[in-house]
Amino acid sequence: MELICPAGTPAALRSAIDAGADAVYCGFNDETNARNFPGLNFSRDELRKGIAFAHGRGAKILVAINTFPRASATALWQRAVDDAVEAGADALIVADIGLMDYVARRHPNQRLHVSVQAAAANPDAIAFYVETFGARRVVLPRVLSVAEIAEIMRETRCETEVFVFGGLCVMAEGRCSLSSYATGKSPNMQGVCSPASHVAYEETGRGTTSRLGGFTINCFAPQEAAGYPTLCKGRFSTALGDGYIFEDPVSLDATTLLAGLRSAGVAALKIEGRQRGRAYIESVVRHFRRALDTLEDGSEADIVSLTPFTEGQASTLGAYRKTWR
Amino acid sequence: MSHSSAVSGPLPTIPPILALAIRPLPLFPLQLVLSGFLQNILRRNPGLLDRLGEHRRARFGIKPVDLPFAFVVEAAPPRLLVVRELPQNLDARVSASLANLLALVEGRVDGDALMFSRQLGIEGDVEAVLALRNAIDDAGLDLAGELASLFGPLGGPARRSFEFARDRLTGSPGEPR
Repeated sequence: MELICPAGTPAALRSAIDAGADAVYCGFNDETNARNFPGLNFSRDELRKGIAFAHGRGAKILVAINTFPRASATALWQRAVDDAVEAGADALIVADIGLMDYVARRHPNQRLHVSVQAAAANPDAIAFYVETFGARRVVLPRVLSVAEIAEIMRETRCETEVFVFGGLCVMAEGRCSLSSYATGKSPNMQGVCSPASHVAYEETGRGTTSRLGGFTINCFAPQEAAGYPTLCKGRFSTALGDGYIFEDPVSLDATTLLAGLRSAGVAALKIEGRQRGRAYIESVVRHFRRALDTLEDGSEADIVSLTPFTEGQASTLGAYRKTWR
Repeated sequence: MSHSSAVSGPLPTIPPILALAIRPLPLFPLQLVLSGFLQNILRRNPGLLDRLGEHRRARFGIKPVDLPFAFVVEAAPPRLLVVRELPQNLDARVSASLANLLALVEGRVDGDALMFSRQLGIEGDVEAVLALRNAIDDAGLDLAGELASLFGPLGGPARRSFEFARDRLTGSPGEPR
């Protein structure tokens, strides 16, 4: 299985490859990708240099152009596609069917991956992307169990890529409007969930209060582990009491499921976190490189805990092992 | 070559007795050295300002929680003040232990992980802080090297002194904690 790793900066790209990534995914520094945060992402020149660096070390670069073009600005997304192809990207990760159509028509030889943002969660949806646009790989949404992934693999010849570590979206990916409601900025069209421009932290006698777009999301006691300031991981007061009504602040960690995912026929494992620093990239990529290598050669795994890097200092197997159905 | 090996465990803090001992020291000599340090870093790493973008003129307050002073830092034009208390007119405030701040600047710890474990506090313009964090992380700063370049022929001893002090505080590269 390939190890697909995130990079929000050229330095992170180099760290990922040095730590053992088979491929790195990254995006341009604009709203064409779903991690459009300040100080993050790649200029055209940085992408060209990053691709040269990766290819020199036998690694691939996948360019995420995975937000949904706005009606009045499709040229921005099409230009991103053209520039990524011209730079020598090994694959484009795309969510919007209009943009996939553009890739298929203008760059028929370009390898196309279906982004997790497209939420292709069944064989029929995957078949549509394969037959219509020539998609070679689909990144599966984080709502499927390992058994369901195996079912899908029995009905498709398309490669699949699944997340094994990092942040989780509790909503249908590419369709969530919680952050848009609170801030007026869309994760799916402008690439920024819980934009930092709308986040506020306040230190009070009770601890740290986090707000998004004026909505109070959480209040953490001084030593209590925290999560991202997203509405889906907010702690609210309801008639049933106080608590996390959508999802706890917790990160996915599927280290223990790698053998099952390989048996299911998964082609690639993906680490979330283009917004994270080099220390995260280096540690998490090295962890999964070691885990994959020990899986391949059958040796004893000596795996360190990734808890310090997790949201809420806790991890979950997420939907891979559904216990709520 | 940057000092980049990641550390994942908690880093030590300055002992309170030491913090108390340095409290009476004058701040101006430190400000003089750190101002030159900042100018040197910005001159040698122009990409930092590019990534800071519209936030390059932001006024950041940096508070090492285990030291009896703090820093006010501006990138463009470069300016650094060492103060006993942070002033009110700042765009953003960042607080953490000295060890965590140093490790963050050198890319040895992940800023989000420090937030999750409550070892890093942020107030004010979160977007400016995020831009600063990402700019610094991409720069791959080698603080010992930057310091050495500031001291000319005394660069070697300056580098070794800094590395000794830093490694006592944050651990050697690759050393598990």
